[in-house]
Amino acid sequence: MPMTTLNRRQILRAAGAATAGIAGFPAVHAQEKVTLRYLGTAVNQDKKIAEKFEADTGIKIQYVAVTTDDVTKRAVTAPSSFDLIDTEYFSLKKIIPTGNLLGIDTKRIKNADKITTLFTKGEVAGKKVGDQGTAPKKVMYLPKVDAKTFSAEPTGFMTLIPTVYNADTLGIRPDLIKRPIESWKELLNPEFKGKAAILNIPSIGIMDAAMVVEATGQYKYPDKGNMTRKEIDLTIKTLIEAKKAGQFRSLWKDFNESVNLMASGEVVIQSMWSPAVTAVRTKGIACTYQPLKEGYRAWAAGFGIPKGLSGKKADAAYEFINWFLDGWAGAYLNRQGYYSAVLETAKAKMEAYEWAYWMEGKAAEKDIKSPNGDLLAKAGEKRDGGSYEQRMGGIACWNAVMDENAYMVQKWNEFVAA
Amino acid sequence: MSARPLAAWLQAAPLAAVFAVFFVVPLALVVMVSFWQATDYELIPAFTLQAYADLASDVTLRTYLSTLKFCLIVWALTLAIGFTVAYFVAFHVRSLLWQTVLFVLCTVPFWTSNVIRMISWIPLLGRNGLVNDTLLAMGVVEQPVEWLLFSDFSVVLAFVHLYTMFMIVPIFNSMMRIDRRLLEAARDGGATPWQAVRHVVMPLCKTGIVIGSIFVIALVMGDFVTVGVMGGQQIASVGKIIQTQANVLQFPAAAANAVVLLAVVLVMIAALMRLVDLRREL
Repeated sequence: MPMTTLNRRQILRAAGAATAGIAGFPAVHAQEKVTLRYLGTAVNQDKKIAEKFEADTGIKIQYVAVTTDDVTKRAVTAPSSFDLIDTEYFSLKKIIPTGNLLGIDTKRIKNADKITTLFTKGEVAGKKVGDQGTAPKKVMYLPKVDAKTFSAEPTGFMTLIPTVYNADTLGIRPDLIKRPIESWKELLNPEFKGKAAILNIPSIGIMDAAMVVEATGQYKYPDKGNMTRKEIDLTIKTLIEAKKAGQFRSLWKDFNESVNLMASGEVVIQSMWSPAVTAVRTKGIACTYQPLKEGYRAWAAGFGIPKGLSGKKADAAYEFINWFLDGWAGAYLNRQGYYSAVLETAKAKMEAYEWAYWMEGKAAEKDIKSPNGDLLAKAGEKRDGGSYEQRMGGIACWNAVMDENAYMVQKWNEFVAA
Repeated sequence: MSARPLAAWLQAAPLAAVFAVFFVVPLALVVMVSFWQATDYELIPAFTLQAYADLASDVTLRTYLSTLKFCLIVWALTLAIGFTVAYFVAFHVRSLLWQTVLFVLCTVPFWTSNVIRMISWIPLLGRNGLVNDTLLAMGVVEQPVEWLLFSDFSVVLAFVHLYTMFMIVPIFNSMMRIDRRLLEAARDGGATPWQAVRHVVMPLCKTGIVIGSIFVIALVMGDFVTVGVMGGQQIASVGKIIQTQANVLQFPAAAANAVVLLAVVLVMIAALMRLVDLRREL
């Protein structure tokens, strides 16, 4: 309202509004609750995190839960349908060229400089880790806020602020296998004929297969996360041969499927995700997330901000990201077996014995419980794979989208149909 | 005179509008996109037959043959079981009350969700499942029988379990409309019970059989969830290929597959429709 057009009546009305709190005046607007639509997968959308954030800040989180593929699909096709996206780093190769995500201004992120070096430099404890595939450091920065290409050098604009990440390996039933498992090649070992499973998500399944191919010594990939057509043919051929020989009991796509396969004993060795191993264990069934000598296949997810987000919603999104890095959420995630982006703030919110078990790979001083109170490990037990440095330092490759993605998917369908 | 056609048009308009918005327009879009190009992140509206050219492969052929095989087996089994059940309820059960009770009984499996019904097979048929435990305990087999689950067998079993109802209902409906005096006449004329079924009941149920067949064929051809869960994701289906392609944003390829699938199903239904004039019979 320009000053020149103000008359006495309007000034009176405005004064009245300010004191009586009549809706329509800016001061009153600011107190209205903002709701953030948070697009992501159900695994990361914990009810308690939303409740705690609302209690702390008054901002409501509305979870929009879809599958990993659908998160990407929405980001590409409907960027105005969410206010905050939680997506995997490898999806960025599809999303950033559309211009649908804005760079996150690191000056507005309080703990930006404390984000682990795994993301900013690709290092754990000063040592370089494997960067085959879509390693986060390759897609971490944008040259400017609305760029459609990545910056190789660190800049003031981050694509995603990391939320959770982990290193995946094979899950096994030690009680049914009864011998040590040390290599990825065991997945296709005829000893486990009809008792193995691999996941039916092409971009991840092919990486697990590539780990096996390398472990058997058949071939060494220059970059498992970006294969040539010839390399894809070789990898799929290996899978098809194993399938025809009856190696796989099943393929799985859904988290719960992998839990059922393992818990029922249909499968004794398979590609698996960390929370699925936990789920099998909480049923009282022995299941090990087996560290392997060739290393881990890592993944990472983070928060992004869609284009067109501005004003109070944008402020709220930044507030949520800052809150997320502030420790409470990080501690919560670490207790589930994931890792958080800023370790020191999370450490401050965890008990010393919890930190020692989850992050330092030490034997548990007391029983270790999940945030829901389920018993995850008894006193004296150690975490599979050991400390943060051991696990994340053992990364061999990252979940990826290949340049030859279309060809790879076509060949993957051949494997499924074989 | 001119008021009547107008009224008729108006009466048909709401349904026509719904069809146009939710069926014709999306279908037209699918057909259009199937001729486009795509990269990892965008659709390029340039006419190309690439998506169809990519379809002409060994995999597509094998996938369709596999789907057709399931279709044929499931159709034959659901028809045999569906016809028998419908015949029993329609002709052997005399009281209307019992007919209703038995009919409701047939629908019991539909009271839970499709997914739960399928997942329930796993503790039954699995390696450590009920059937295998029983067989082992009885000494019938020494090793657990592996082909019970995640096999062609389990896929067919789940399909038959899921879709027999779609056969029973229309056949039962046709049977209930058969004039009972025709059966008496057949018997008086010296027909054996089997001859009566073959020459009187079956021809008069043709409409029900065709409607049931259309249901079963359309459902089996488009299914990918049952094949996925019961086949351990190791058996290909056209629907699964479409889903995989759509998930990696290869919309033209997915659309081309969908168009071909639709054409195949339409041809099958057209062939069935030649067997019976549905409009006259209903």
